[in-house]
Amino acid sequence: MGKSLKCDVCDKIATVHLTQIINNQIHKIDLCESCAEEKGITNPDGYSLADLLVKSEDASEDAADSLESLDECPECGYTQKEFKKTGRLGCEQCYETFRPLLSRALDGMHRGDQHKGKVPEEALERKSYEDRISSLEGDLQKAIANEQYEEAAQYRDEILELKRSLEAEETA
Amino acid sequence: MVIKDIFDGKSVMTEGAAKKCPVVLMTRVRLARNLSDHPFPGWAKMPQKKDVLETCLPAVATLRPMKSGITAEIEELSDLEKQILVERHLISRELSGTPESAGVVISKDQSVSVMINEEDHLRMQVVKSGYRFKSAWNAVNNLDTALEGGLNYAFSSRLGYLTACPTNVGTGMRASAMMHLPALVISNQMEKVVRAVNQLGIAVRGLFGEGSDASGSIFQISNQTTLGESEEAIIKRLSSVLKTIIDQEINAREKILETDPNKLQDKIGRAFGILQNSHLLSSNECMNLVSLVRFGVDLEMFPEEMRNIVDRLFIECQPGHIQYHAGKSIDTSERDAYRSEYLRKQFENVDKPVNSILKAATEEENADMEPNNEEESEKG
Repeated sequence: MGKSLKCDVCDKIATVHLTQIINNQIHKIDLCESCAEEKGITNPDGYSLADLLVKSEDASEDAADSLESLDECPECGYTQKEFKKTGRLGCEQCYETFRPLLSRALDGMHRGDQHKGKVPEEALERKSYEDRISSLEGDLQKAIANEQYEEAAQYRDEILELKRSLEAEETA
Repeated sequence: MVIKDIFDGKSVMTEGAAKKCPVVLMTRVRLARNLSDHPFPGWAKMPQKKDVLETCLPAVATLRPMKSGITAEIEELSDLEKQILVERHLISRELSGTPESAGVVISKDQSVSVMINEEDHLRMQVVKSGYRFKSAWNAVNNLDTALEGGLNYAFSSRLGYLTACPTNVGTGMRASAMMHLPALVISNQMEKVVRAVNQLGIAVRGLFGEGSDASGSIFQISNQTTLGESEEAIIKRLSSVLKTIIDQEINAREKILETDPNKLQDKIGRAFGILQNSHLLSSNECMNLVSLVRFGVDLEMFPEEMRNIVDRLFIECQPGHIQYHAGKSIDTSERDAYRSEYLRKQFENVDKPVNSILKAATEEENADMEPNNEEESEKG
């Protein structure tokens, strides 16, 4: 290559060139010496290319991020700023809240974007029972409020049935 | 109180290497899990963390593998106790540093440990001596399934198990092998190996994980990616990398024996001499000397019984363990004196190394290596 590359972070002349292949995609980063040192690239143990990718892309796409992602998680109050600082999230809901920001980060981090491993079958089944029960309980209250007692009785029986099978599962 | 139980019990880590395993000291599989509807520990408020601890601690302690194990809240432990648990890989440095509303449950044989409110609500690990990923994965998988019976996990069908750090999302699994690679270190090939392995999404770290140095030529090799592959696929990929590293190490050993057997014999002999006669020994120097003796055991310069002693010393020469044996808290220079005394005693009655490195010794070792590896891959 004839022309000298610019540092992805600060526009100085890049002397450190990193290439990593993830998901058959080539990720390249060019850095000047001082940025490379700052990011810990001179110490091969201490850096993660994924972090670097998130950060370097942030610099150019900050405006887009704030349009796509919410600034703060409605569930736990964790902020986008906090995430960029620590690389960690506040709660499970954050994965939805910061989804656009995350999917870019995850792309360079893992070997795919779809979970292919173990699934907590038992816990999920229990949770779906629980969710069904709480939705039926809502319906029950509404039916009572509307004085639709026949429907209310149906809901009540269904709830009892579900609770019984949930208990049976648990004791088994 | 915790510490006494730990020292009285036999640990997989220090007593397990009964069968000959020259390169892989131990394997470990760790799972990260979080409870649904609770913020992750790093962001949770104290009452929320307490709530998680009070839910998880009894749930974990009543699991079958934890029967007659140790259950402790981290703030109840002394600094020395925490340090010893870190040195035994039973808790992380991070957990020992943020003790509020954090806990740990350790099985009697110390092969299973579950940390509560570390980076994630639950971090469970199973350690097996030697090269045994399949059995470590099966054990931790069963533990996880049993826990799931009573706890609702944060899980999404798209992203799998949701973890505080997106680098663990998906399987939440980190599988690692502790490898002893003296010949690759002596022949300056480690840097090349690290670079090649990193390209494959596999991380190389020192004995004590992130940021630790590689004293004693011991390296932790682990998967870096957790999403997009099943647990079995990750372990398979990691195993094939490990196998390559084992081959490289064996080749490097043969090369050294071929080109400079005297130099190697000299190194090992000197290490033995220092261990028998020194009066000041830092933990780093100690690790490197003990590592050379282990290499000597592989080369049959020392009897096979030495292997267990040496593997135990890798852990017992750490600062926390030295202070426990000394019976009090002592500063660095006093520790170095005490450490040398402890090691002199350990090596007092050991016969000096057999003074000929036979080529046959390596060939035999090679023959022993093969079935060991294949057993692991065939099970898959």
